[in-house]
Amino acid sequence: MSRTAIDAMLPYLDKIYGNPSSLHSVGQRAKEALEAARADVAACLGAKPNEIYFTSCGSESDNQAIRSAAHVGAQKGKKHIISTTFEHHAVLHTLERLKREEGFEVTLLDVHSNGVVTADEVKAAIRPDTCLVTIMYANNEIGTVQPIREIGAVCREAKVTFHTDAVQAVGHIPVNVADDNIDMLSLSAHKFHGPKGTGVLYCRNGVRLIPFIDGGAQERNKRAGTENIAEIVAMAAALKESCAHMEENAAKLVKMRDRIIAALTQIPHSKLNGDMAHHLPGTINMCFEGIEGEGLLLLLDDKGICASSGSACTSGSLDPSHVLLAIGLPHEVAHGSLRLSLSEYNTEEDADRIIAAVPEVVEYLRNMSPVWKEMERGELKHIL
Amino acid sequence: MALYSEKVMDHFRNPRNVGEIPDADGIGEVGNARCGDIMKIYIKVKDGIITDVKFNTFGCGSAIASSSMATELIKGKPISQALELTNKAVAEALDGLPAYKMHCSVLAEEAIRAAIKDYYDKNGIEYDKSQFPEPDEDKEIHED
Ligand SMILES: Cc1ncc(COP(=O)(O)O)c(C=O)c1O
Repeated sequence: MSRTAIDAMLPYLDKIYGNPSSLHSVGQRAKEALEAARADVAACLGAKPNEIYFTSCGSESDNQAIRSAAHVGAQKGKKHIISTTFEHHAVLHTLERLKREEGFEVTLLDVHSNGVVTADEVKAAIRPDTCLVTIMYANNEIGTVQPIREIGAVCREAKVTFHTDAVQAVGHIPVNVADDNIDMLSLSAHKFHGPKGTGVLYCRNGVRLIPFIDGGAQERNKRAGTENIAEIVAMAAALKESCAHMEENAAKLVKMRDRIIAALTQIPHSKLNGDMAHHLPGTINMCFEGIEGEGLLLLLDDKGICASSGSACTSGSLDPSHVLLAIGLPHEVAHGSLRLSLSEYNTEEDADRIIAAVPEVVEYLRNMSPVWKEMERGELKHIL
Repeated sequence: MALYSEKVMDHFRNPRNVGEIPDADGIGEVGNARCGDIMKIYIKVKDGIITDVKFNTFGCGSAIASSSMATELIKGKPISQALELTNKAVAEALDGLPAYKMHCSVLAEEAIRAAIKDYYDKNGIEYDKSQFPEPDEDKEIHED
């Protein structure tokens, strides 16, 4: 968490431990803080404060946005939803359940080998019974950024509600709900150095929002439950800080990212995933042929580098990441993936460490890999 | 809690018996790259004793550690004893594996069997076929 976020939240765990629903003065101070945080978040997104709903995480925001739009649609007999194959599971599993249990029809658009869907493809998929388009702003594994503004325009024209999971984008690249034609947006605080377990759902005035947690009148009756004041205040502080420094942070990250990519793509039979013309500043996703990702992560961890992978072993399932499969990578290549997420707290020395460690670890693992050896002997064809 | 025991991490970080044996008497390969695990085990046999064993593995940390431990457990042992090695014994020797990683120890057991069968086949040695069931690629054994 950022120092700013921690400092912002501490008073609300201590002296201002009031419940915003209480009439006494401590409660009212908490209430003021809640509304100030709402105004700050709204300003960062180009929204109005009364369009901001605090939730417990990005997943909750995704769930509520999608279910709400689906149920509003169903009341008008519209039960078709458009999304993409590489959404976060908070979206995909929600859609899956709507399909299975409530008879919705879901079209998942292909994201091509570069991991970007086009507005024209969205337009072509819209039907008279489409009630929702939900497409992520930026992908969490490969970092590709979608043409959200154009997709939003297509949806606006067709009068279809447009939701975007902007968990990976907010605080990192410019996001403006008005300019981008967004009806609903999800974000999560821990992606911009805020606390974990707190998020936001933006819902444009005029778009109906159905509550899924019933109870008290909090969040204007759309999300019951006593507000997590300390974390909400910290989230707003973190977001304000990220947005204020967005340009300089992005410039620093892009420089570091591109230096690491230039070095790691020198590794033979490797592949950079994503589309660098439409990409988050700090995300790197690569595949290395002949090795499995988990070993890579464990050995990098020993060298003080925390990374992740889309391999099956790291997820506890038998299949590698659905995102890597969605961009058309064969299973055997997807198993050997590495994802590095850089933040402005990383230094050029960290980049040096990555540049030194990754080739070494890849070579070490390849040297004990029967797949790699067969490829080197020409018994098996290289894929990359 | 760490994902793996210290033993697993030791055998992963410092795997024993990595390599190939160019003039191996038996070679066993199991698993497939699609699923993310392949183990290849090489054995040298003299007078019914496994005098040397090496492995190459494509797979996660526990697959590499299981290969390493399994080769240690059969090195210098009679074939009859190596055939008795179970995946459970490999996992126990590693102070346990997470439930969803138990298939790594199964692969190690199967790779050793496959290498011994290859040795028998190459040398025209008679054996009880029921001792060598075809590894079932679709079956995933998950034990707690
Ligand atoms: C794109 C995307 N959507 C949704 C989520 C879920 O957010 P949370 O963990 O706050 O529920 C994440 C977080 O990992 C994400 O990356």
